[in-house]
Amino acid sequence: MGRFLLPLAGFALLAVLLGIGLTLDPREVPSPLIDKPAPDFTLPQLHDAEQTIGTADMRGEVWLLNVWASWCVACRQEHPYLVELGKRDLLPMVGLNYKDKRNDALGWLRNFENPYNVSASDLDGRVGIDWGVYGVPETFIIDKRGTIRMKHIGPLTPKVIEQELLPLVEQLQGEAA
Amino acid sequence: MMQRTMQVLSATLCALLLAFPARAAIESYDFETAEQEAAYTRLIAELRCLVCQNQNLADSNAGLAQDLRREVHEMLTSGQSADQVVDFMVARYGDFVLYRPPVQSNTMLLWGGPFALLGLGLLVLILFLRRRGRDTAPNIDEQQLAQVRELLNDAQDSAEPPKK
Amino acid sequence: MIPELGHFALILALCAAIVQAIFPLVGAQRGIASWINVTRPAAQLQFLMLAISYACLTHAFIVHDFSVLYVANTSNSQLPLLYRISGVWGAHEGSLLLWALILALWTAAVCWFSRGVPKAMVARVIGVMGLISIGFLLFILLTSNPFERLFPVPPDGRDLNPLLQDPGLAIHPPMLYLGYVGFSVAFAFAIAALLSGKLDSAWARWMRPWTNIAWMFLTIGIALGSWWAYYELGWGGWWFWDPVENASFMPWIVGTALIHSLAATEKRGAFKSWTVLLAVLAFSLSLLGTFLVRSGVLTSVHAFATDPARGVFILGFLVVVIGGSLVLYALRGPKIISTGGYGWVSREAGLLFNNVLLVVVCATILLGTLYPLALDALGMGKISVGPPYFNSVFVPLTVPLALMVGVGALARWKKDNLIGILRRLGWAAGLSLLGAFTLPYAMGEFDWSAALGIGLGLWVALGTAQGFIERLRHRKNKLAALGQLPGAFWGMSVAHLGIAMFAVGVALTSVYSVEKDLRMAPNEQYEIDEYRFTFEGVKQVMGPNYRASRGFVRVDNLDGAPVTELHSEKRIYLVQSNAMTEAGIDAGFTRDLYVALGEPLGGGSWSLRLYHKPFVRWIWYGSALMALGGLIAASDRRYRQFARRAARERGDHAAVTA
Repeated sequence: MGRFLLPLAGFALLAVLLGIGLTLDPREVPSPLIDKPAPDFTLPQLHDAEQTIGTADMRGEVWLLNVWASWCVACRQEHPYLVELGKRDLLPMVGLNYKDKRNDALGWLRNFENPYNVSASDLDGRVGIDWGVYGVPETFIIDKRGTIRMKHIGPLTPKVIEQELLPLVEQLQGEAA
Repeated sequence: MMQRTMQVLSATLCALLLAFPARAAIESYDFETAEQEAAYTRLIAELRCLVCQNQNLADSNAGLAQDLRREVHEMLTSGQSADQVVDFMVARYGDFVLYRPPVQSNTMLLWGGPFALLGLGLLVLILFLRRRGRDTAPNIDEQQLAQVRELLNDAQDSAEPPKK
Repeated sequence: MIPELGHFALILALCAAIVQAIFPLVGAQRGIASWINVTRPAAQLQFLMLAISYACLTHAFIVHDFSVLYVANTSNSQLPLLYRISGVWGAHEGSLLLWALILALWTAAVCWFSRGVPKAMVARVIGVMGLISIGFLLFILLTSNPFERLFPVPPDGRDLNPLLQDPGLAIHPPMLYLGYVGFSVAFAFAIAALLSGKLDSAWARWMRPWTNIAWMFLTIGIALGSWWAYYELGWGGWWFWDPVENASFMPWIVGTALIHSLAATEKRGAFKSWTVLLAVLAFSLSLLGTFLVRSGVLTSVHAFATDPARGVFILGFLVVVIGGSLVLYALRGPKIISTGGYGWVSREAGLLFNNVLLVVVCATILLGTLYPLALDALGMGKISVGPPYFNSVFVPLTVPLALMVGVGALARWKKDNLIGILRRLGWAAGLSLLGAFTLPYAMGEFDWSAALGIGLGLWVALGTAQGFIERLRHRKNKLAALGQLPGAFWGMSVAHLGIAMFAVGVALTSVYSVEKDLRMAPNEQYEIDEYRFTFEGVKQVMGPNYRASRGFVRVDNLDGAPVTELHSEKRIYLVQSNAMTEAGIDAGFTRDLYVALGEPLGGGSWSLRLYHKPFVRWIWYGSALMALGGLIAASDRRYRQFARRAARERGDHAAVTA
């Protein structure tokens, strides 16, 4: 009798696995950079190509990096929430304009408001690769020592902002530099 | 949970808008040596395109795939080894980017599994054949055996051909 | 109006399926003849209703009825007629309707071609298939209705995915489904055996032709998919171990084990409960494939637009069908007694070895396919498992299998002598080794993988030849004797030859293919092996629903003799604006020449991909031979003889008892 139950037992395990699988997202790629130093970069600023902005400039502060582009539809979805977050002035917000044309990007910000303290122009996407960016939008929280502490893939929602992002920011801001 | 899935889906959809999946990407990269070219061909076949529906870097026309192929090419032609390229990719994207899963603690079962299964299967086969070989006597119904004996006895007694 | 008719027919089909499931099963269990007699009419009604429903959907496609949501999503006013017809199965809802139609078709076929089978058994088989039909029809009606309307009616449709606008890919799903669904017949026979407790040689004999035909269709379906990927996708590859490809391959592997196991069950009454389990597993894997493709659990280029809600329904269906049948197996399995002993060296032992290896291969593919999901579910990381893994593990597992083919097919039932077999095959072994170590040089340089492939291919082919030699040895009229050899033997031999061809094709093309991506200006040349490719420039052309840049490449031998002119197009399909490359291929028995147009690089130069692929066609010729073998085996006249005799006997019996 025992060995005749084996196939059923095996199937039961499989069914449980598949059931769990229905709740997971096979396309989501978790970042290996969490709790690792944020990759260094120095890029020209979007609004003033003569000036640069980079990781080193943000050392000593808790800051947010948001990867966006004018061609990205999902970015439109999260943008109002970013604008609102920017108005609360809780932490510096740096935009990484990913593989975009400068004029398109500037126009987009003009139309939909600019929540960023500064935006960096990543024209060829190399900085994006260094940060493990694979889809737009993505948002990172970096602490005062320059370590990435959180990555959010996809558009931000008020729920994520209030329940995950802001508590983390508060905790990080309490840490020493 | 569902909403989050939807969000991730739409985000990656954004990347996909730039990416038309599934057409062969044909670039004419130049290499210094045949070994470099061979390494390039092997690497782009074994690295995964993260924004595609299960394709390697070689087959994908997605923007990110083009960028990563460019990276691989630059790294190889600047003298870096294939292993260094792999480390570079894994540092940024994790093990997900490798189609050849690394041999590590969480993949032991994966790499060892097939051979363990083969060993188990052969073991079961041998045990089964041994047991089978032992009981080769056919199963005979006792009732039928008695009937046959009776028929034979009848035939002997009456010296007539047994009824069929 | 017609879509509503189609929808209504679908509901009627569900009603027929319910009748088809309940009455025959209960009737067979309780011995109620009138209920058993409902079997055939109910099955035929279900088939008729589904045929009408499917015809209505096809009609909507043909006349461009964009008020039907499915048509609006999958078709377009510029879509050529052929692809309007094949587009019916181009996305989730329509392909499910095709599944249901094919299931009803197989059900009706079992009704019509079961002369020699007792009515109670047929009733059970049809009843079980009816239960499966109910599941699919409910799924369609509740979650995936192809007849849903769309208002306001859009002016045009979103077009069929250009990838699917191809004759090879058009026919690939129907072939696959004929295979998947065909295994439901074997499954139903297995369940019927468990339910009735009747499992004998006759049962196996009834089941074999159905299983062989289903296996044949699945072989064709998979081969078509592989061939299509090769000529359409432009990367010269023919198998990617994609989860959905694996999902079609696993039932094929278990199906192969099943057709071998059935041979022993029919001829010797051996492996009965194992055969039943294999039949259940083969169809279970077909259903699992359905789940994997449509639930979104795994990422694949083949996945339909996915919806987790549908995934939940299918999973529930799987639990009921597979779980239910495995419970039945656990309860009734131990009661099945197999007869006959056999020695360590015997055909039975060879078949067991074959089965063990095939099941291990299937388990390995399942492991690799689901491993990333398992790790993710356990929170142990996110990895990918792709071709490098599968290729590494698949070859070591299949080499022993190939080695066994020649030996197992020659071994006698019950007891044979290993030394004797090896002596009979000695010449084959010698020639195989000789070929393995010399023929690779003819391809260029020596390579161990090529040697292995050639050696195994020769071994299987020559072992098969030995089978013919032995059967014809003592016959005076060899030609007549050939004609008298049973279909089962011919089928086996042809299929095994197919394996040999396949192995050689895979080995040689993997080792000796040359691929080059390069920039070419007009009139520039490049040499690969014994060929010279000359790029002749690009012209703009218009197609029915696309515009294209067509590149011309002339191919000559190195001594200047012309070989062919290849065209490759880079097409932009007008509706969805996607770009697609059509490769130019010169197909040959011993090699393919392949050109794919890349990007314009300025100044008339383009990037191009050039390939020389030796023996790549042998992969599909070999698969075609395997499928042919299955067909020949199924047409063995023994099945018809027994059927006629059994029908006669039943006729006589009825006359006596009347």
